[in-house]
Amino acid sequence: MHLVVCIKQVPDTTNVRINPETNTLIRAGVASVVNPFDMYAIEEAVRIKEKLGGKVTVLTMGPPQADAVLREAISMGADEGVLVSDRAFAGSDTWATSYTLAAAIRKIGDYGIIICGKQASDGDTAQVGPGIATHLDLPQVTYVRKIHEIAEDHIVAERMLDEGSEVITCPVPCILTVVKELNEPRLPSLRGKMAAKKAQLIQWAAKDLDCDPKGLGLDGSPTKVVRIFTPPPRGGGEILAGEADAAVRALVEKLKDVVIATSK
Amino acid sequence: MTQEPIKVIADKCVGCSLCVKSCPFGAVVLENKLAVIDLTKCTLCGACVQACRFDSIEMVAKTAEQKDLSLFRDVWVFAEHHEGKINTITYELLGKGRKLADDLGMDLCAVLLGKDIKSRTEDLIARGADKVYVIDRPELEYFQDEIYAAVLIEVVNKYKPNIFLCGATTVGRSLASRVAVKVHVGLTADCTGLDIDPATRNLVQTRPAFGGNIMAAIISPNHRPQMATVRHKVMKESGVDSTRKGRVFVEKIAEALLQSRAKRIRFEKDVSVTVNIAEANIIVSGGRGLQKPENFAVIRDMADVLGAAVGASRAAVDAGWIPYSHQVGQTGKTVCPKIYFACGISGQIQHLAGMSSADIIVAINKDPDAPIFKAATYGIVGDVMTVVPLLTAELKKLLKK
Repeated sequence: MHLVVCIKQVPDTTNVRINPETNTLIRAGVASVVNPFDMYAIEEAVRIKEKLGGKVTVLTMGPPQADAVLREAISMGADEGVLVSDRAFAGSDTWATSYTLAAAIRKIGDYGIIICGKQASDGDTAQVGPGIATHLDLPQVTYVRKIHEIAEDHIVAERMLDEGSEVITCPVPCILTVVKELNEPRLPSLRGKMAAKKAQLIQWAAKDLDCDPKGLGLDGSPTKVVRIFTPPPRGGGEILAGEADAAVRALVEKLKDVVIATSK
Repeated sequence: MTQEPIKVIADKCVGCSLCVKSCPFGAVVLENKLAVIDLTKCTLCGACVQACRFDSIEMVAKTAEQKDLSLFRDVWVFAEHHEGKINTITYELLGKGRKLADDLGMDLCAVLLGKDIKSRTEDLIARGADKVYVIDRPELEYFQDEIYAAVLIEVVNKYKPNIFLCGATTVGRSLASRVAVKVHVGLTADCTGLDIDPATRNLVQTRPAFGGNIMAAIISPNHRPQMATVRHKVMKESGVDSTRKGRVFVEKIAEALLQSRAKRIRFEKDVSVTVNIAEANIIVSGGRGLQKPENFAVIRDMADVLGAAVGASRAAVDAGWIPYSHQVGQTGKTVCPKIYFACGISGQIQHLAGMSSADIIVAINKDPDAPIFKAATYGIVGDVMTVVPLLTAELKKLLKK
């Protein structure tokens, strides 16, 4: 089976610091990493390949330096990396992003299962996976936590809903978006690292894709950001001092009204 | 040569570097006391345009063809339910939707999909809906991505709403995106603020990004309906007025749209959950400071007394002390309760990303330097295993349990 994994390069939040004076993100020197949820997507694709045979293609849209995340995926066992990169894509919202990725997947062609992380840690929308599914007219299973059965022509997957879990059977081709519970991503092997270093990545620009330029980038994005601001810093920060029982009583006094109003 | 989508006006730029600091993508640098934008990094988010005090950065939006948007009327709400019981997020959407509809002088409508669901329409009208569109079919008994999306696309194209809101639930997020892509409109995820701009009558949608470290205000000026998913517990529920009158429209849907390739085999209710973490008013969360899995009992006891949901940090989930469905934070769930108790949780940035919008945060940790105290409204420095049982006892007294 040909598995396609869509991944995104995001700032590594473990290193993000907040400037206490301006309350803005300090981005200088912050490394970029593979979006955490995408690691589970890569791992699952490699596991399916190991079971059924076939190949794993990783796909990302981003600036030229996003090739780093493709190489990381190859070091984990993916076979091929495709970077979709063009200035024409700048300013894409989730509509334009899913349109562009769908066009790239169409060009890849003989895909079976497409796997995405549930959402990216910078935008947190969870919209691109279902968006690609719709552009390609494919069925989807979102929030996948477990795969019960996998074959060339269908998959049985379990997804997390707010009230419980649902087991779904779905024909291939289809799209999955995955959560952390699914697996534990492997560390790259030495051989994988060598392969990643040597890999010839495929790079496509807007002109290489069969798509309408009006659907790309800022022009192809129905949503527009009009203002970005930092939320007001949290006030308070009151430490209730004293012995544990005195501090607890002081806390209950503070919370009393809200607790009575909200607990049933 | 195509025109650059964003440019610095050299005559106006004074080299103050405000824009450099404002850029979330590190795309602006100063060269010879002049701001220079690296277009390979720039995502045209507009943060620098806002930050500049000298109007020296210009974003050139191509003038989109003007569409007649006056045909699009009414504010719609997706009435999410589970096995016929309307979810509280629906009432929150109706609360906000009522205000938006009144500001625009339009009707508030609910769209309800299900099986044997007609009896629920009165509830939606009592909660503020002027009209309810009902699609009652056996195929709609529970949420199925393809069928629900096909039905919504059909009714949205037929009635042309101006605004369409869904809950930012697993169902809402899986569904709204399919509808927005097919109808070709904008969709803003996980909004925490919705207002009508009095000048343009556009819906201004505010949402957190980068784990809540920045907020973005977003509009969809040339597309209708303006779609948004809305975070739990941010909007106030509408009240109940059983004397309200409304109209019910029962929609017929072509059989062809009621086919799904993906099919449910079974559904299992999560038995470890008594209160849904996303809908909870109060969440009691435990972390590594609990030391061992048995000690989670003190968290559960306190949650029981409060009728609260049980949450956990990533460390506690990864240690296998509690299922993943309880994890709060970047790789877990984002929550917004009235009170969040962080017990034995150090407060790494990934955890804060999931709960920092709670109204009140209470931190209990024995390490006075733990970062959680910086985010907390109230803090107690002490051992969780001592403080939490004392707190549970006091709360029991307060609630006379």
